[in-house]
Amino acid sequence: MSIDTATAARVAKLARIKVEDDQLPALAEEFNTILGFIEQLNEVDVEGVEPMTSVTPQRLKRREDVVTEGDQQARILSNAPDAREGFFAVPKVVE
Amino acid sequence: MSDLNTLTIAAARDALRKGDTTAAALTAACLSAIEGAGALNAFVHNTPDLAMQQAEAADARIQAGDAPDMCGIPLGIKDLFCTRGVPSQAASNILKGFKPEYESTVTQNLFDAGAVMLGKLNMDEFAMGSSNETSAYGNAVNPWRRGNDDTALTPGGSSGGSASAVAADLCLAATGTDTGGSIRQPAAFTGITGIKPTYGRCSRWGVVAFASSLDQAGPMTKDVRDAAIMLETMCSYDARDSTSMDIPVPNFEAMLTGDIKGKTIGIPREYRLDGIPDEIDALWTAGKEMLADAGAKVVDISLPHTKYALPAYYVIAPAEASSNLARYDGVRYGHRARLSHGDGITEMYEKTRAEGFGHEVQRRVMVGTYVLSAGFYDAYYNRARKVRALIKKDFDDAFAAGVDAILTPATPSSAFGLGEMTDADPVQMYLNDVFTVTVNLAGLPGISVPAGVDAKGLPLGLQLIGRPWEEGDLLNTAYALEQAAGFVSKPSKWW
Repeated sequence: MSIDTATAARVAKLARIKVEDDQLPALAEEFNTILGFIEQLNEVDVEGVEPMTSVTPQRLKRREDVVTEGDQQARILSNAPDAREGFFAVPKVVE
Repeated sequence: MSDLNTLTIAAARDALRKGDTTAAALTAACLSAIEGAGALNAFVHNTPDLAMQQAEAADARIQAGDAPDMCGIPLGIKDLFCTRGVPSQAASNILKGFKPEYESTVTQNLFDAGAVMLGKLNMDEFAMGSSNETSAYGNAVNPWRRGNDDTALTPGGSSGGSASAVAADLCLAATGTDTGGSIRQPAAFTGITGIKPTYGRCSRWGVVAFASSLDQAGPMTKDVRDAAIMLETMCSYDARDSTSMDIPVPNFEAMLTGDIKGKTIGIPREYRLDGIPDEIDALWTAGKEMLADAGAKVVDISLPHTKYALPAYYVIAPAEASSNLARYDGVRYGHRARLSHGDGITEMYEKTRAEGFGHEVQRRVMVGTYVLSAGFYDAYYNRARKVRALIKKDFDDAFAAGVDAILTPATPSSAFGLGEMTDADPVQMYLNDVFTVTVNLAGLPGISVPAGVDAKGLPLGLQLIGRPWEEGDLLNTAYALEQAAGFVSKPSKWW
């Protein structure tokens, strides 16, 4: 499988990372190197093997569905690039 | 006492108990060593005022008696750990200026025990790298050099600043994190000890996430005893990390007897790679002999899927990274790009992430995005998770056959020069983790112990891999290896 510049552009778009057009061929080439390396996995017989979800078999603990550490609006907003009137502020989302 | 910064944790603890020194004096010695070590670029945010406050509180506690082992011990903290009110940016520009409002569980455990934080340590951006060259702070530098050659060498990565700081005696020990070898490889490159515990031993809460199913914190120390002492304090069950294991943490130091008679040490034949320097092969052979001389039974074993660990890792880790790093969107914290007139939210995301993430991080996020995308999820991601299950089974089978620990080289080379790998393709750099990455995929504890130097005078490490949750037994085997190897070399001070 070979990645062309159109695929590289699509992946960049999906990842929400702006990549300039003149950078796309180099990026596609890097992807191809890495994916070429990953292709080795096709040599492995994985018939009947369950994909691993957790290295230690464990059942996730349950907890009460309650607020434990709420009511800290100021601390949550303290690192925001733009916070106004108790909210995170962003550019217009809907026209 | 002179040169307090060169003490081990154990020696400092004992001196503090006897009243031979104070936490304030230890801390002052480290702060002065840090001040003179700018050339190493190991510490990237210094917290001297906080350190002296913590030291004074530790002295009061020691005076009152009954202080824990880590009380008054000055540490460096990898920048990946969120530390309240102190910059914590994972060596990334996207988190520039970020000051967490909370403390990671691991650093909280250390502070509760009275440990002192000297500052934050350099690392690869988001822990993605093997040479500390992807850092937004610039390279950390290895205190070791090739004899009289003044070429700047990598301290390894991603915990490069931690390794450099401990090897250069800027602190008594440091925290590290390990996703594919990021504690053990830099420990080996700098002649120090580093252990990655079993997945689930240390809480991941408040540690900036890279690949959540692989990430574990651990100590980087001057010797095995210190690793045992510090690891015990770092470990805890934590309800805030759903994969944290609710089992007791033993007194690891008390398990260091050095007696490994009757233990079975496995030597995996698949770790004998073409192109590995003879010196590393010789060191591995010497390590086998040392453990055999100490009374262990050394047996050849097979871990047949070893070859597929790195390719599986380079599917799973980027996939998890692409998901974890989706949170850096310029909304809640960190960098936001300056927008042009008419830019909407999508442009904000795309420009912010292009400006904030470095090249290696962008590449891994995009590779992860690709392997998770529709049409490729089964072919790449699910297949890699199946291979991961087979890699873990290899280890399970070895342990079931009676193997107590597995001995391997820690790295395929000694420290290389900064910039020497710049023109190599990314896969060449990934090969640094060839001996360590299997351990993360299988969730096992692994430790790197300095065991010798190569012809260039650079340190080399051996890795021991243990059974899950049996860090105490693993540390004891490492202790026996350390005693037999007798590695005491230190870098000559040039900085």
